[in-house]
Amino acid sequence: MTTARTLRVLETGPLTTVQDFGRPGQSALGIGRSGACDRASHRLANALVGNHPTLATLEVTFGGLVLEADEPLVLATAGARCPGAPHLAPFTLSPGERLSLGTPAAGLRTYLAVRGGIDVDPVLGSRATDVLSGLGPPKPGPGDELPVGDPARPHPGVDVAPVPEPDAGRLTVRVTPGPRYDWFGDAGWQELTGQVYTATSESNRVGVRLDGDPLTRLREGELVSEGMLRGALQVPPSGLPVLFLADHPVTGGYPVIGYVDDLDVDRCAQLRPGQELRFSATRQR
Amino acid sequence: MKVLPSGAHGLLLEFADLDEVLAHYAALREADLPGVLDLVPAGATILVVTDRDTDLSALGHRLRRVPPASHRRTETRPVEVPVRYDGEDLGDLADTLGLTVPELVERHREEEWTVAFCGFAPGFGYLTGSRHDWDIPRRSTPRTKVPAGSLALAGAFTGVYPRESPGGWQLIGHAEVDVFDLDRDPPALLVPGARVRFVEAS
Repeated sequence: MTTARTLRVLETGPLTTVQDFGRPGQSALGIGRSGACDRASHRLANALVGNHPTLATLEVTFGGLVLEADEPLVLATAGARCPGAPHLAPFTLSPGERLSLGTPAAGLRTYLAVRGGIDVDPVLGSRATDVLSGLGPPKPGPGDELPVGDPARPHPGVDVAPVPEPDAGRLTVRVTPGPRYDWFGDAGWQELTGQVYTATSESNRVGVRLDGDPLTRLREGELVSEGMLRGALQVPPSGLPVLFLADHPVTGGYPVIGYVDDLDVDRCAQLRPGQELRFSATRQR
Repeated sequence: MKVLPSGAHGLLLEFADLDEVLAHYAALREADLPGVLDLVPAGATILVVTDRDTDLSALGHRLRRVPPASHRRTETRPVEVPVRYDGEDLGDLADTLGLTVPELVERHREEEWTVAFCGFAPGFGYLTGSRHDWDIPRRSTPRTKVPAGSLALAGAFTGVYPRESPGGWQLIGHAEVDVFDLDRDPPALLVPGARVRFVEAS
């Protein structure tokens, strides 16, 4: 008989959620995909401990997570580097030892993988917590015991993953025209790609809110709500785009001028309030 | 049908009206094209979500070649939703429409509703009628809390709130069933394309 492997949560910081790749394919029922905001870092954290990429990790926003284990567990973090813990390299948390993630100096979201995966009960096929719809497992809180699954795959024996880390400087990401490009036209596209935006503190898992010069709309009137995906740059009447992340609404009623490149959305999920962002056009119409 | 870009894994199909959306949605579901992960119908569009390996321009051509379904209404029996017509806005709304409360209730009950699309919240269906011309003004001040199960009207639509949420629709009653239940498959009772009849709970 094996004892239940668990991670005991002592503190969570501003926001810690359980995440995986979400619940794709159910948007027609009004169920958004959700999942890790920075999918590449989630995938990497899992890889470092020998997990299948679909196993659940903890998405830690701005550090602050404190954990203990009852028996030795192999963990790894990826994404934003938190002081106080090894990063991009697997390590063992021994019983009685305390893991305490400090505040990252760059980047926003850290993915903590445990060998075997966070094994909370899935909801509609996923362990992701969707902060917009409220679907998924509850947010971990102090005192919670998070179940850990049984490792099914061999340990990869990796020392360290050589990948670039999120940096605190200006980020440049690629954009392509979206379905409502014509509501803004070439002039609006120039405004979008010709300025430096700042991520605001209103940003969350739903989207990155941007401050800058408002975009000029060519066309008045309302859009009939339509389906949108992660990476959409939706422009509300303020003229300031919102970049949709994992927990974006299934449909939206404001025009989407463009889409951020799918891989670059992961990098945008690491934007901190006050950090600068530029859009670079990869394709013109 | 207009095919509009929506990122590396999506195409937005735009149609003239909701009837076209429903006809194409039924046909595309039936066609089950490879590489298509999800279809998201809305008021005038269908978002086609693809997997990573799908060539969007090739898919665009294939999508254009799928003819719309000739009858949007399936032969299946309508979903019956038991309701009580006891909403807070029932009296005022009937006045606004120049109807008596029983007349408004009768219109709503005898209407043949179809789920056009979902959105706003998991399991929130936007239902359109075919017998009457529904054009219902929203409340001038939205409520911060609409109770779960509320049966409501706004614009051309009726719907049932799956959970407590803010909302500006006119409340005319409440449903006696959960329209969203995680233990049901699918969890949403009112799925796009389904026909719906509201029956008064006894």
